[in-house]
Amino acid sequence: MNNEFEPKVVAFVCNWCTYAGADLTGTSRIKYASNVKIVRFPCTGRIDFMLLLKAFANGADGIIVSGCHPNDCHYTSGNFHARRRWILFRSLLDFMGIDINRIQFSWVSAAEGAKWADIVNKTVTNIRELGPYMEYRRAANFLEANEEELTKELARNKEEEVKHG
Amino acid sequence: MKIGFYPGCSLKGTSSEYAQSTLALAKAFDIDLVEITDWNCCGATAAHNLNHELATALPARVLALAEKDGLKEIVVPCAACYNRLSVTQHELNENQDLKNRVEEILEMPLSGNLEILNVMQFIDRYIAGKIEGKVVKPFNHKVVCYYGCLLVRPHDVLKFDRLEDPQSMDILMKKIGADSMDWGYKTECCGAGFSVSRTDIVGKLSGKIVKDAYDRGAQAIIVACPMCQSNLDMRRPHINSYLKTKIDIPAMYITQAIGLAVGVSREDLGLKKLFVAPTFA
Amino acid sequence: MSKIGVFVCHCGENISATVDCKKVAEEAAKLTGVEVSLDYKYMCSDPGQTIIKEAIKEKGLTGVVVAACSPRMHEPTFRKACAEAGLNPFMCEMTNLREHCSWVHEKNDQTTEKAIDLVRMLVEKTKLNKPLNEIKVPVSKKALVIGGGIAGIQASLDIANAGHQVILVEKEASIGGHMSQLSETFPTLDCSQCILTPRMVEVAQHPNITLYNYAELESLDGFIGNFKATIRLKAKSVDPKACTGCGACYNKCPKKKIPSEFNEGLGMRTAIYTPFPQAVPNKPVIDKENCNYYKNGKCKICEKVCPTGAIEFDKPDEFVTENVGAIVLATGFNVLKPDFFPEYGYGQFKDVITGLQFERLASASGPTLGEIRRPSDGKVPQKVVFIACAGSRDPAKGIPYCSKICCMYTAKHAMLYQHKVHGGESTVFYMDIRAGGKNYEEFVRRAIEEDGANYVRGRVARIYEKDGKLIVKGVDTLLGAKPVEIEADMVVLASAGVANCGAEELAQKMHVSYDPYKFFAEAHPKLKPVETNTAGIYLCGACQAPKDIPDTVATASGAAAKVIGLFSKDELTREPLVAVVNRIASHDVSTCVGCFMCQTACPYQAIEREEVKNRAGEVIKTVARVNPGLCQGCGTCVSFCRSKSIDIQGFSNEQMYAEVLAVLNTP
Repeated sequence: MNNEFEPKVVAFVCNWCTYAGADLTGTSRIKYASNVKIVRFPCTGRIDFMLLLKAFANGADGIIVSGCHPNDCHYTSGNFHARRRWILFRSLLDFMGIDINRIQFSWVSAAEGAKWADIVNKTVTNIRELGPYMEYRRAANFLEANEEELTKELARNKEEEVKHG
Repeated sequence: MKIGFYPGCSLKGTSSEYAQSTLALAKAFDIDLVEITDWNCCGATAAHNLNHELATALPARVLALAEKDGLKEIVVPCAACYNRLSVTQHELNENQDLKNRVEEILEMPLSGNLEILNVMQFIDRYIAGKIEGKVVKPFNHKVVCYYGCLLVRPHDVLKFDRLEDPQSMDILMKKIGADSMDWGYKTECCGAGFSVSRTDIVGKLSGKIVKDAYDRGAQAIIVACPMCQSNLDMRRPHINSYLKTKIDIPAMYITQAIGLAVGVSREDLGLKKLFVAPTFA
Repeated sequence: MSKIGVFVCHCGENISATVDCKKVAEEAAKLTGVEVSLDYKYMCSDPGQTIIKEAIKEKGLTGVVVAACSPRMHEPTFRKACAEAGLNPFMCEMTNLREHCSWVHEKNDQTTEKAIDLVRMLVEKTKLNKPLNEIKVPVSKKALVIGGGIAGIQASLDIANAGHQVILVEKEASIGGHMSQLSETFPTLDCSQCILTPRMVEVAQHPNITLYNYAELESLDGFIGNFKATIRLKAKSVDPKACTGCGACYNKCPKKKIPSEFNEGLGMRTAIYTPFPQAVPNKPVIDKENCNYYKNGKCKICEKVCPTGAIEFDKPDEFVTENVGAIVLATGFNVLKPDFFPEYGYGQFKDVITGLQFERLASASGPTLGEIRRPSDGKVPQKVVFIACAGSRDPAKGIPYCSKICCMYTAKHAMLYQHKVHGGESTVFYMDIRAGGKNYEEFVRRAIEEDGANYVRGRVARIYEKDGKLIVKGVDTLLGAKPVEIEADMVVLASAGVANCGAEELAQKMHVSYDPYKFFAEAHPKLKPVETNTAGIYLCGACQAPKDIPDTVATASGAAAKVIGLFSKDELTREPLVAVVNRIASHDVSTCVGCFMCQTACPYQAIEREEVKNRAGEVIKTVARVNPGLCQGCGTCVSFCRSKSIDIQGFSNEQMYAEVLAVLNTP
């Protein structure tokens, strides 16, 4: 048990539905994995997806984004913006080589305490299977180790460009 | 363009005149209907009461065969067959797991985008536009159109006509000069599968249908389902004994009525196979 | 340098049973910038709050993190305590050790570790908090009420009686709404007109109420306390100031065969008309679609006979703009109309009518002067079938909801019919009888037991005509599910209550949310039943969902109370958690490039354009500006902004990055 990989999962949730839903999980005393830390936002529309990238860059293994169900947004339409952004962002992640299964996007209302526990548990199990997110670290290490060479190549490319262009 | 034709069991047996008249009508409008190669039972009634997988696989095989024949659309005159094929295609498109399983059973692929037409849809698409110019003998009789249960239900899947007060047959009948009347039994039950086992029930249920048509002065009941037709026609003795009177309004297929109007011969329309013969034709 | 105080609450044993609170406090004390870190049994208690207050004063704290329960529970409590100790309340944050940690995890080291992480996150965030001041917005103490049915009338009178100005807008020629069409009202059977018309007159005569009849809301700008409403006054073709309401015009109007909307098509009206004799205001308007003059350019008989010269043809619509502080939506409902029930033959058989039409037949002022006579031949029907739930509770018809009022008015109809047609037979087909309400159940029992209405539990499958009778085919599900056939003379459909026409358009105009059935949505179905999600706009009556008169009046008074409460202050204060556009870059005063993506994202129209000028008064650039009165603080604009120029106070990019990084970069 102790040797098992414990993923770091950050949950980005809106204040009105999922945060309240997670509160309900608490009041209902439903247990779930403690790997998840919740960050409270006013609305899923507020969740800048740069933050998600930043989280991956800094060692998050998985992310949950969750807000109000469609049509239930406290601010009318924030969750729709979040959904659209997510669709684009997913392709971007995919392109960058981040497994999109590392992000769980879902709707949890203030009345769905059990659903929240379920989502957390599923996500943690899922991420545990995927293993730690190492790709970013590897890329960063590579850059660091080969900095000199890469800088030179970059300069060379630029020269070429100037010559030809 | 090739249009497929799925007769099903009824149209090869008790209701051969329905097949005959459908094909004759198509021919009159220069449309070639091609029977699906090696077709099988649509799984109606018996199969879907017993085994869902079988009830899905049977019609699915028909669909797969039609696709294999390179058909894009098929005409299915029998209301039960039409219902089974349409519902199956819908169900398979909705349920990928079931589709995978069925493909495995059939060892044939299914694209799931065959167009399944009932007779009204077929006539509407290929014949209705040319009909008025071709009417040689207007069908100027009072009629009631009887839709029965399977043609319009379930509405969510078939998306055909108005659920509670269908109009498609009425519109076509008016095109050939008929006085298509509003009545109360358009979609009431004819007794359906009790046709063989409980003829007394059929006599009562179909009896009410025939009675209302009679009370309104109808000269014919127009149908588009072999089961309805046989209950209203073949079981007329039971109906008459239930009603304690003799009513001789014929129950004829819409293809026969339109065929008559555009000058197809009585023989080609199989009119002599009707138990209650139309007096006007 | 920040001086943060961390206060860890045990919540009795709620937190301390699974989290080692002492350890959390000790670990928190090690964080940079943490000046003091304590744990205590009940932080929210008076002594607990005192600990925080004293720490603020003694240590000169610049920020406070309370690690306790959900901020949704106690954030206001602790922020208030901080404010009392002289710390800006928005420098206080809470982290949720109870609902999100102790209650959902087992007692072990990992749970305590998580608690420490949660505290660290909020400490890092709080270090970047900035003191914020509440936003003050002035209130213009005038209300706009849209819809002049009983809901709008009640709301207007309540607000006006509290001493505030009210603008009442009604789209029809007269106020009164559906209630004025009703005959008698359940469960007391008092005449609808008799109780309503005095209220209508009161509205017209009230010094604080300005009534715009035959008018509609054209557009709406602004925000709570400061709305700007433009109202279209549809041209009436009659000058209401000159008109005395003598009636000479409509008596002489040659177009007499127009189905009367008030009588639900059962009676006729003229082209120049007042909807009904007790109309308020009792001055006619010309229906341009049916008027001979407007159609063919000839007639003008009304102009000739008018003794005061009040007729004014070809006048365009006018517009007025009103500044109001609050708005009450009271636009009511409608009933489902023809072609919806092909199986019931509505629209095909004349004697299949809606409940509202039956009201007109039963009304003393109706087309039959209160006698129940069927529309086709004017005969008194000897057998009437009432179908409750015609459309309602029927997902196949797209109306899964219960229309609520039908059970009661159907019982009333059956009762009225039995009272008026002695020896008549009434049958009611129903699904369930829903008679929850004061004296409601007793009323239904009376209809069944005393007046002999025959109640059949079952649905009607089909109605068709045969030999001048309507054959109603249904089923009685209580007596062995037997089919029932009734030869009726008339059928009354309790057709479903649906949203009023134009509801969707109006909601969009006002940025009020609505449900899939186009009924307006309240901010909370239980605790904010008359508020909308747009501050300053309130709801009442059947525009929310079908409602009976008592409920409608109750919500109308509720909405009025909200408006009066709002008007009791000269200024509004709001939490300052709103978006702001930065104005710090040195050379061109904002990094905002003026793309206005934020404007497209904002659901509240809170983003304005602002011109930045140099000293010579020349415009250098146009940037976005957030109207803090309108902004609700969702922050959608923040994620949209490409140059990161817009940020939201209390949840700024800086703060959120700090919070997220704190959880990941664990030592």
